[in-house]
Amino acid sequence: MGNSGHQLTRNLQIKPREFNEHKTICFRSYNMTFSCLTRMKAYRSPWQNLYSTSQTTVDSNEVKTFLALAHKWWDEQGIFAPLHSMNDLRVPFIRDNLLKTSASHQQGKPLSGMKILDVGCGGGLLTEPLGRLGASVTGIDPVAENIKIAQHHKSFDPVLDERIEYKVCSLEEIVNDTAEVFDAVVASEVVEHVIDLELFIQCCYQVLKPGGSLFITTINKTQLSYALGIVFSEQIMGLVPKGTHTWEKFVSPEKLESILEPNGLLVHTVAGMIYNPFSGYWHWSDNTSLNYAAHAVKSSAQERPEPAAAALQGDAETLHANASSSRVNMKS
Amino acid sequence: MAARTGSMTGLLCVRWWSSAPLAAGRLSLAACRRWAGSSADTVYDVVVSGGGLVGAAMACALGHDIHFRDKKILLLEAGPKKVLEKLSDTYSNRVSSISPGSATLLSSFGAWDHICNMRCKAFRRMQVWDSCSEALIMFDRDNLDDMGYIVENDVIMCALTKQLEAVADRVRVLYRSKAVDYAWPAPFSMTDSSPWVQITLGDGSTLQTKLLIGADGHNSGVRRAAGIQNVSWTYDQSAVVATLHLSEATENNVAWQRFLPSGPIALLPLSDTLSSLVWSTSHDHAAELVSMGEEEFVDAINSAFVRIPCPATGGRGKGVIVQWSDANHTDFVDSASTMLRYVVTLLKPTRVSARQLPPSIAKVDAKSRALFPLGLGHAAEYVRPRVALIGDAAHRVHPLAGQGVNMGFGDISSLVHHLSTAAFNGKDLGEDSGSMSHLAGYETDRQRHNTALLAATDLLKRLYSTNATPLVLLRTWGLQATNAVSPLKEQIMAFASK
Repeated sequence: MGNSGHQLTRNLQIKPREFNEHKTICFRSYNMTFSCLTRMKAYRSPWQNLYSTSQTTVDSNEVKTFLALAHKWWDEQGIFAPLHSMNDLRVPFIRDNLLKTSASHQQGKPLSGMKILDVGCGGGLLTEPLGRLGASVTGIDPVAENIKIAQHHKSFDPVLDERIEYKVCSLEEIVNDTAEVFDAVVASEVVEHVIDLELFIQCCYQVLKPGGSLFITTINKTQLSYALGIVFSEQIMGLVPKGTHTWEKFVSPEKLESILEPNGLLVHTVAGMIYNPFSGYWHWSDNTSLNYAAHAVKSSAQERPEPAAAALQGDAETLHANASSSRVNMKS
Repeated sequence: MAARTGSMTGLLCVRWWSSAPLAAGRLSLAACRRWAGSSADTVYDVVVSGGGLVGAAMACALGHDIHFRDKKILLLEAGPKKVLEKLSDTYSNRVSSISPGSATLLSSFGAWDHICNMRCKAFRRMQVWDSCSEALIMFDRDNLDDMGYIVENDVIMCALTKQLEAVADRVRVLYRSKAVDYAWPAPFSMTDSSPWVQITLGDGSTLQTKLLIGADGHNSGVRRAAGIQNVSWTYDQSAVVATLHLSEATENNVAWQRFLPSGPIALLPLSDTLSSLVWSTSHDHAAELVSMGEEEFVDAINSAFVRIPCPATGGRGKGVIVQWSDANHTDFVDSASTMLRYVVTLLKPTRVSARQLPPSIAKVDAKSRALFPLGLGHAAEYVRPRVALIGDAAHRVHPLAGQGVNMGFGDISSLVHHLSTAAFNGKDLGEDSGSMSHLAGYETDRQRHNTALLAATDLLKRLYSTNATPLVLLRTWGLQATNAVSPLKEQIMAFASK
């Protein structure tokens, strides 16, 4: 614990300087992806030994960043306060869209009978409300400390203890065992932290039942999001811990849609979210240039594309080629 | 007993873990459980402490709410279960005036039907007048809707108990159980203590809850334990209640209230031949009224509604039977009020509200006389983390406006609405976080309404307790003006019937 602690401080100190350097050199996302991969090889830490595949969506530096903040998850007035108050938007968003798809539901437990996967659940901030609404939720996160905190927090509530299950792993590790198991996959504030978005989306597709829903909330890649999301939030106001976000990894709704559609996920809704740092409240908005939420649905059995068996082997190109060529190809 | 063995096991666990080397960080969290007994306690979602009118109605409303179908609710009542086998022929002397808004709440969970099947009396008009002048105000609805209902408290309790039994799978009621101690969760920290409120009952058993609702009356134990400040004072008045028989059967759908210098006397209709008395007066006078003979008592009531009090003995009325004078009112006040009446008739020639006399009383029900002290109270905060106060625990008011229990029912409407929304959003009911912080929303809602009503009631009480000419003049003109301005009367009626 002590060793990794020192490593941690070192990383946190290095990161801003490195970022500045890279910023002056180039903003190309591909460069960052490669440098992330090289850094991953350089800093070998205990968690990395778990990943046997060379293909992974987990960025080790992200892991380290969140490790430092693990104990703060459930402090509602603390550093994660904006995520707590984001529940006021994301829980109704998920709940209402899922209720639309299901014909009937039990009174008092709107999501009962549904299996939901919360990818990158962190301390369980979103997992618990979904559990309270009656769903059986599986929460996964690559940071063991986060899962420990989440496990501890839910242990006091006997109802949640039964309904929620936590695992320390990444999405690609459970794909094989949980093909077509989940009614919904929730990836909230996650896609801006993964390395390989294409692989991530493919894995989401794998674990979803036909007709299942994918919910994503993330940050758009615009000049505004750089100014407000990085400069203002992290460096000036300290709303978000420094180094939490990397602008290069932000994903625009168009790019997200361009990855979702060829992979068999039809986008139903994209809605903008705005955070007011002074009141601490989130609001829905038509403007998606900062934060936004997206709801996509996996095509049901009839319109299924060719089986994506090759996806795990990393043949992303094959998948693209196999996808129906009539689909309009995207702006990037 | 179970709790004690549980905590013993807990202590043993602590000792064992702390002796082992804490190599892996994960063990340290599990080690220091303070209340190992907590794992054996039932965790309720909501515990309502106090099973009176407001507490029972709260538990009922939550139990019947759609979004609470899979929640666990507990109602703690210190007294025994009151089973009403058959409605007694004699009316109870404790009655409440139920506003239309409260009736709507009660019907939302099916209790109002039971009440109507038992007995309740609707009234359509209310006449309020002064004893020191000719001023009066008459409230009535143009469309002959009911202004309110007079229902015995026992009847309401019986209806609530029936509806609680209907949702027994969600709402558990513990009779003869009084909470003796509350333990609040520690504020956010990395300790291992339970985040729920722990309640210890009189028999030593403990239970935990995510939200504690205090409905335990104006001497609220919950409020005291939570350390919430309470602004309160006692009035130098007691209320005398009794059940009265009218001289002759009438339609009896009017509520009467006359302000005497010593305090207001009110006659509330119970049936065609019966009415309920609520007479707020000085402590000594109240004691006299309760102990005097029945005929004397009936005379006192009849005089109180008709005769004019002697100006000299009015005033603060400490311990003197009101002397009735044969003279007219003070000339000055009288001429002033006549003058205003002319002005009003000029401006609004159509409206004529003649003063009516309440029905005269023939006799009083034996053993139905009782008295209770009056006071005012208001809690500085209605909510704290994992605690909310409703009913008399949050506010205590003078009965002159008939609003006490209605304010409590209003609290219930608001709190149930907020909790229901929070439950549908999957929130932890006791945590007050995020933008739609439901407990804070309830507090703001109700404090606004209740503070205004409390202030107005207190002001009226003080204004009408005096005989000083300038104040009498002020209130005379005020009353006459309010009576003349119909929109203002509508506003008052609307506010009071929420």
